[in-house]
Amino acid sequence: MSESYLSNQSAESKSNFPGQITETPGGGIVLSKLDDIINWARSNSLWPLTFATSCCGIEMMSTASAKYDFSRFGFEVARASPRQADVIIIAGTIVNKMAPVLKRLYDQMADPKYVIAMGACAISGGPFFYNTYSVVKGADHIIPVDVYVAGCPPRPEALLHALISLQQKIREGKTREQISSK
Amino acid sequence: MFEEIGTTTDGDLIINVGPQHPATHGVLHLVITLNGETIRKVEPHLGYIHRSIEKMCESLTYRQFIYVTSRMDYLSSHINNHACAMCVEKGLQIEVPERAKVIRILLDELTRIASHELWWGAMAMDLGAFTPFFHAFRERESINDIMEETCGARLTMNFIVPGGLMADIHPNFQKRVKDFIRLYKSKFEEYNEMVTGNVIFRNRMEGVGYLSKEDAISFGCTGPTARGSGVSCDVRKWFPYEGYEKITFDEIIETGGDSLARYMVRVREMNQSIRIIEQLIDAIPEGEYQAKTKAVLKLPKGEFYSRVETARGEFGVYIVSEGGTTPYRIKFRSPGFSNLSALDQMARGSKLGDLVAMMGTLDLVIPDIDR
Amino acid sequence: MNDTILQNELLKIFPELVFEPGTEWLQVTVQSQQWLPLANTLRYKVDMDFDFLFCVTCIDWKTHLAMVYHLRSTTSKLHLVVKATLNPLNPEIDSVTSIWKTADFHEREVYEMFGVNFKGHPDLRLLILPDGWEGRNPLRKDFEDPINMIRL
Repeated sequence: MSESYLSNQSAESKSNFPGQITETPGGGIVLSKLDDIINWARSNSLWPLTFATSCCGIEMMSTASAKYDFSRFGFEVARASPRQADVIIIAGTIVNKMAPVLKRLYDQMADPKYVIAMGACAISGGPFFYNTYSVVKGADHIIPVDVYVAGCPPRPEALLHALISLQQKIREGKTREQISSK
Repeated sequence: MFEEIGTTTDGDLIINVGPQHPATHGVLHLVITLNGETIRKVEPHLGYIHRSIEKMCESLTYRQFIYVTSRMDYLSSHINNHACAMCVEKGLQIEVPERAKVIRILLDELTRIASHELWWGAMAMDLGAFTPFFHAFRERESINDIMEETCGARLTMNFIVPGGLMADIHPNFQKRVKDFIRLYKSKFEEYNEMVTGNVIFRNRMEGVGYLSKEDAISFGCTGPTARGSGVSCDVRKWFPYEGYEKITFDEIIETGGDSLARYMVRVREMNQSIRIIEQLIDAIPEGEYQAKTKAVLKLPKGEFYSRVETARGEFGVYIVSEGGTTPYRIKFRSPGFSNLSALDQMARGSKLGDLVAMMGTLDLVIPDIDR
Repeated sequence: MNDTILQNELLKIFPELVFEPGTEWLQVTVQSQQWLPLANTLRYKVDMDFDFLFCVTCIDWKTHLAMVYHLRSTTSKLHLVVKATLNPLNPEIDSVTSIWKTADFHEREVYEMFGVNFKGHPDLRLLILPDGWEGRNPLRKDFEDPINMIRL
């Protein structure tokens, strides 16, 4: 699955490492673009922020625990402080009172930072779309989102798929932050 | 309007805990007045997950509003649905078939065990022990697999509907539940070895957060919070519903009043839930899983109140109906709302580190409080 | 002590109470000025002992507001539902925080959702709604919000 998925992989290299390895007597020399190496390193070590407002938080905790472990993909250390985190997984409904808090957390994160909107509530208000006076209809009214995961709540495998897609996006250089910094 | 964060005139410090904090289970904002490390006052600020459910339900029909109650106290989602279905059935005077009643109780008790497992793991993690979290989720995943096979979803399942159940149980249900009981019994001793008998844990929990019996009743506390202070208030025993009067189980009451008593109540309740499941799993009667109801439900004019015992306490649904297809006013009496009001009383005079132990034993789920 | 004896005892002390027949639990309507004396009697009189207030809510009937209190006794299994009618333009009633401590949070919630003023409450301010919602009472039937609310 991973071979055909990633487009910037050379056919000879067996590992995921970007670039070409030229064999010379006495060792190998790696030729690659600096951007590719930085993207590879960043994508393999994203530390999430523990931000869970409601039910999707429980599925995020399930993804963190032993059956659907997400620390195999590099999300090992879930940090509580936004200054030490790379990716914020918005798991749960955002309401009008919580919106300034979310914006403040996002501003406190250091660049490069990525956002995953998990669950129907964070994508568009979800089940609380009609006739509520206090729900923000989608977290992307507040902060820019990179990956959307559908479900109410999404299965842990769906969240893992989203995390892997985020890693693809970073390697290909297509996240919002990479495009705007070009 | 409330105290500004900073220092007051007599040298006390006012700090924020939350709303984004790893130890508050959800988004709870506490404004704490501290003198050194001793707590003077705790003031909860709610509303960070207020989704205006009561207003929303006034425009949903009686079959539609059940899904949103799953998401209020998401760890006891079957039990919340059960309360709403019972209220609508009371209004329409529908008789639920025996098979549906027994399966409803089985699903309720499995949900109670799953909720207590998550509480146990998360509380141990708050106190600093990371390993019990993974052990608790191992059992919880077994229950989620059972739920997924029968009900289709892992966390929020609208399976209990007015009239009975939405579909019949999967043929593997009984076998899987029996396997789960065997797994649980073999692993239960680990819990005692890891956490309950641990000397650090005991020192952090004994004598912390004392709530007297009169205060527990006056604050309206229900569930394990009140049972840890000696108040007998289990809805399944006092006002039995849907077949609980025929089942033998104990109501666990401890008189200590501190955090350790509330902890022991919940741990022993898990064993009682296993006892209930064992009595029922081989005796599911044959028959229909849903009573015949009309397609559009209209409750007659009047008021109806029904209550159940969730993992946190007494959950009540109060429907005021004017005869239409949507309710005129719905009020959800959530257990966390009253349990939280006791936190200020319990926390005065303790240290900041004890606050985490107290909030852990209160077992708060914030969307339940904010609705 | 059952429902009939309770009804007779209360009618002896407060003759203007109106009892509604045919409901699941004993239901009584009281004037809003008499709520505090009635609450004191229900809580402290020896054989009544209603020490558990489990639900406080309000219903907007468009012509008037109705406060509803659900009470229960932890010693016997008696229930009582007390209702009080309020004027919608200036709703006011006494606070019972001094009798049942749970009323503190419940009355704050009714204050912000319906605009009822509780006299004698130690700290009446918004609990769940964000700042700036004073005066806007969302659960009233005449709450206008053209962006979010859809009228069917």
